[in-house]
Amino acid sequence: MTSHPAKKIVPAFDVTKVRADFPILSRTVHGKPLVFLDSAASAQKPRQVIDAITQVYSDEYANVHRGAYYLSETATANYEAAREKVRGFINAKSVSEIVFTKGATEAINLVAAAYGRAFIKAGDEVVITTLEHHSNIVPWQLLRDATGCVLRIVPVNPDGSVDVAEFAKVIGPKTKLVAIAHVSNVLGTVLPVREIAELAHAAGAKIMLDGCQGIVHRHVDIQNLGCDFYVFSGHKLYGPTGIGVLWARAELLDAMPPYQGGGDMIDTVTFAKTTWAPAPAKFEAGTPPIVQAIGLGAAIDYLNSIDRMAAADHEDGLLRYAMTRLAQVPGVRLIGTAPHKAAVQSFVMDGAHPHDLATVLDRHGVCVRAGHHCAQPLMEVLGVTATTRASFGIYNTMEEVDALAHALIRAQEVLL
Amino acid sequence: MNVAPLNDDLRSLYQEVILDHAKHPRNARLVEQHTCKAQGNNPMCGDRVTVTAQVSDDGRLQDVGFEGKGCAISIASASMMTEALNGQTVAAARQLFDTVHDLCTGKIDAEAAKAKIPDASDSVDKLASLSGVRQFPVRVKCATLPWHALMSCLDGKGQMTTTEK
Repeated sequence: MTSHPAKKIVPAFDVTKVRADFPILSRTVHGKPLVFLDSAASAQKPRQVIDAITQVYSDEYANVHRGAYYLSETATANYEAAREKVRGFINAKSVSEIVFTKGATEAINLVAAAYGRAFIKAGDEVVITTLEHHSNIVPWQLLRDATGCVLRIVPVNPDGSVDVAEFAKVIGPKTKLVAIAHVSNVLGTVLPVREIAELAHAAGAKIMLDGCQGIVHRHVDIQNLGCDFYVFSGHKLYGPTGIGVLWARAELLDAMPPYQGGGDMIDTVTFAKTTWAPAPAKFEAGTPPIVQAIGLGAAIDYLNSIDRMAAADHEDGLLRYAMTRLAQVPGVRLIGTAPHKAAVQSFVMDGAHPHDLATVLDRHGVCVRAGHHCAQPLMEVLGVTATTRASFGIYNTMEEVDALAHALIRAQEVLL
Repeated sequence: MNVAPLNDDLRSLYQEVILDHAKHPRNARLVEQHTCKAQGNNPMCGDRVTVTAQVSDDGRLQDVGFEGKGCAISIASASMMTEALNGQTVAAARQLFDTVHDLCTGKIDAEAAKAKIPDASDSVDKLASLSGVRQFPVRVKCATLPWHALMSCLDGKGQMTTTEK
């Protein structure tokens, strides 16, 4: 085509350009430049997402799947286009496998309620790990209380890594479901989910992955991951709150009873009998989070517009640098040093409680999470009551890691 | 590196007296002969404090002690609370609770608090150092947690009290 077939030069990840897309990053906090290191709790939003949301409300808003009029048709098309964007993003086979929920928590509760109540009986076992977020513990406890199934807990190593061999000890003929994090929100550990999926399937069990952190930091090809259910939230993926995704194999969604009853999820309703719409509508009772779904679609468009491989390398570089810099701060102990990690780093500091640290850091413009990170059982296993956590997104910089380290030194001056 | 001066709000939050109590908490033990006991729990952060007290027949706090894990503010508050309350009447303890609550939420300042309970002006003086939390809304609960636990204790509600109501 061209007489000059030069090699395509892949530009280095341009974090300055990315930062310019996130309006909030230019503000100050307590008179200091904002250093936002809490993306694992919720990520900031690019202008493209904010604009897409404004656009819908300003120009294209109506309810979906109902009105035979232009605006409703437009809203429906945009909502369903977002579903297609999610499908493409995770490489699912069909849009009918993409169920919109209000978040990952609802998606897990959906699996526990709809799949669990139908297919998990007394004495059956559900396998989780000690590092799970409360949202991947409590729904299974509710299922246990309702059905008499048994919750089995796979331990985590002191460095935060997880051994496949430990799963092999626990997964057996009674196992019906393995429900685990793809990436730990506290430790950053990337779990060996493919190997664990093979164990689960060999035992005739299904496997659900809590992908809240996983999808943010790793490329997810759902057909290659080997899982049966995958859930994530939009707001950690640079999209709005109030939107989450449940992906499940089509045959599982077909076999599952509805999660909630209401409008939009039915085929026909009579007082004698109601028949369900096929998935995903079967699981989307009521008016869905229309604008939030479209906003998530915009976030996916945004992520597709940047070099995600380069972004992942950038995040890994931030993590490595943060681990080095934090370890140099006197009295700091890193929590979570598994070999395979995503850009999340917890730590504790001698003589300073995480809350006091977070308060002092905030006055230096540095936003970190302090506390149990919705993982109280893990805190107990680690022998701490709380940790401080710095988590990184595509927009963070090495200078911000330096700012964190400096602020920690300043915190010691205040607290010690 | 440009080193900015310490923020005044931080200075008033982490005063010497607070840090001293946090690092060397007084009465950090459960009272063996306690007549009441209650646990305070902040589910937002996982902080917990257990307050025990021995109340005499004539309604006096003979001995108050606590055990807990938490931030500097909650531990210092618990420590200062036990110091202020030992030997006080239950009625005085309730009055002090109200005063500390008002100090921490910024309803009154130290002078107004002292005027309110002149008998306990020394205690109020010390406890007023907790009022630095008023500049840090999310930390108010840290300061009031042990006091809420104490109230549950005195009300005979042995069960868990929480900051989320």
